[in-house]
Amino acid sequence: MNDMRLAERTVDTKGKPIKFSCRNVQVFYGDKHAIKDVDVDLEDKTVTAFIGPSGCGKSTFLRCLNRMNDTIDVARVDGKLMLDGEDIYDRRVDPVQLRARVGMVFQKPNPFPKSIYDNVAYGPRIHGLARNKAELDGIVEKALRGAALWNEVKDRLGESGTGLSGGQQQRLCIARAVATSPEVLLMDEPCSALDPIATSQVEDLIDQLREDFSVVIVTHSMQQAARVSQKTAFFHLGNLVEYGTTDDIFTRPQDPRTESYISGKIG
Amino acid sequence: MSDATSAGPRRVGGPAAARTSLLVADARTKRRNAAEARFRAYGVIAIAVAMLALFFLMFTILRDGSGAFWQTYVKIPVAIDAAVVDPKGNRDPSEMDDVLTMSYAGVLQDALARWTADNGVEIEGLKDSDYAGVFSNQARAQLRNMVLQNPELVDQTVEVPVLAASTIDGMFKGRVTEASAAIDKRTSVAQFQLANAMEEKGALATRFNWDFVTQPDASDNRAEAAGLGVAIIGSAYMMLIVLVLSLPIGVATSIYLEEFAPKNKLTDLIEVNISNLAAVPSIVFGILGLAAFINFMGLPRSAPIVGGLVLTLMTLPTIIISTRAALRAVPPSIRDAALGVGASKMQTVFHHVLPLAMPGILTGTIIGLAQALGETAPLLLIGMVAFVTEYPAAPPEGLFEPASALPVQVYNWTQRADSAFFERASGAIIVLLAFLFAMNLVAIILRRRFERRW
Repeated sequence: MNDMRLAERTVDTKGKPIKFSCRNVQVFYGDKHAIKDVDVDLEDKTVTAFIGPSGCGKSTFLRCLNRMNDTIDVARVDGKLMLDGEDIYDRRVDPVQLRARVGMVFQKPNPFPKSIYDNVAYGPRIHGLARNKAELDGIVEKALRGAALWNEVKDRLGESGTGLSGGQQQRLCIARAVATSPEVLLMDEPCSALDPIATSQVEDLIDQLREDFSVVIVTHSMQQAARVSQKTAFFHLGNLVEYGTTDDIFTRPQDPRTESYISGKIG
Repeated sequence: MSDATSAGPRRVGGPAAARTSLLVADARTKRRNAAEARFRAYGVIAIAVAMLALFFLMFTILRDGSGAFWQTYVKIPVAIDAAVVDPKGNRDPSEMDDVLTMSYAGVLQDALARWTADNGVEIEGLKDSDYAGVFSNQARAQLRNMVLQNPELVDQTVEVPVLAASTIDGMFKGRVTEASAAIDKRTSVAQFQLANAMEEKGALATRFNWDFVTQPDASDNRAEAAGLGVAIIGSAYMMLIVLVLSLPIGVATSIYLEEFAPKNKLTDLIEVNISNLAAVPSIVFGILGLAAFINFMGLPRSAPIVGGLVLTLMTLPTIIISTRAALRAVPPSIRDAALGVGASKMQTVFHHVLPLAMPGILTGTIIGLAQALGETAPLLLIGMVAFVTEYPAAPPEGLFEPASALPVQVYNWTQRADSAFFERASGAIIVLLAFLFAMNLVAIILRRRFERRW
């Protein structure tokens, strides 16, 4: 753990507005109580990392934030999840509209089997963000630049997105998520299928994204959490054990479970 | 992070017993290799048996059926006697229409008798009826139609090829021999010799028979004139109906069940029933069609519309099952990706899932259609077995007019007495197989075209 660069980029997060406010969140998969009493405030323009052992519920909780759990029949979510003060589980909320504001990047790169251009343009097209081709071109270029992919693909936008390398595919997925100009970007272990070089590219990218978005990242790698995040939440067996600045969690954990996990004794 | 790795790997079984050479396979390895070799041999034998059966099948069908595509025609000068065909002498087709087809038999008989005399063919025991028997019953009608359409031909001598009788045709295909002619009431040894003489002098010739695929069916004593025209049209109409109905209904059902429907007792029940329907014997669908479409809804019998509807019901489970399998094979990550950028459920399905499932859907549909094309039993029950010589009109009216179907025509012809019909049944099987082969080819091409990596 010596190589861990601890929160070098730590900024003063006090006074940042709160983007997501979650109170008393419970998630059930059929009879299984997967998330228990989670209270957490996620800040805007901040990278928040969810860490914890496998099966602790961090991905489940992440998927509550844009209601991707709706697609699982047996999943049931209780409690209050407020995005800018509005309950996202209110009956009047259309998850489609929510997901345009809360984008998501998945564990395995999953570009559509279409051209690179169409991959990025798909979101803006279905949400009607561009009035004409020129505007759409602009959005696509901005998103690809934002995902640090533009220079690599600008000459082959018509080629299939599935023909890119793993790291490029994942950055393409990030570009696709960014293209709809969301406010929050959820990332579910975005680097677990990537090699170290691609991982470091994506991590640099996440750091840049913080300027425009609120980023929530689930990761198995504590080093990664330490490298990219300002706030860290530690989940264990469905409970949110500890939440604080990344610096505090890794250097002065309050809970013995957090300490055992980050020192490698459990998990 | 350090505690777990400090112990290091520990061997489970302790130190290995006697070390053996890698160059010599031990008994256990030999047994495993032998088992593998045996299994491969079984596979090769199974494939060989299957290929052999297929070749045997194709060989017999081609041997028996290829004759249907060749037909023997008589070509001699025929003097059209005005006294017979136009007794009133006005050359008025409406008056000449009163002359029955039977009268033209005499014209042909006289023509052949004259030809025999002119060419110096002398055969012992040749009777008048032997002359007439050389011609197909269809030949009189052929000649009559020609004369009615061109009244100026009366009193002229024409030389047009007309159909030979099936017994004469059989001589050239090895179906009838001199020995069999001696005991066959429809022919005689003298006629056999006459036919041989005619062939020597070029008055009898065999040529490719387009009429077999274009002409309608013919009655029992005119095997040489029977064709598949009506059956092919009937089958084509039914396939049209099956495609137009079962593809949209089947795909819509599958998409709803697979992507939208909640998983509960009701959808489970529907699923089980769809699977069961796929296994229902086809004749049961025939009974259903008879009861529902003909008796209850009052649709006409023998019509392609009813056959098409029945076959649609039969094809639906096949299409639904293969479409659902194709939809399920689309990786869930694609659905996640689409939902993740804010696509609605329907956009996800139609923009991403359906295009990826397309090859599977098309393959399933075409296999379902091919099954429907070869289906016979349900069509027998709804009267498609009727003897139809009129071509149905173009759709949509034609869908309600009587027609036959290819497999039913095969069944029908195998029931008839004249062995010439057996040859035609095999010929019809060749046509049916050609259609099935073409459909499978289309399925393969479409699958290649739509297949994409993800």
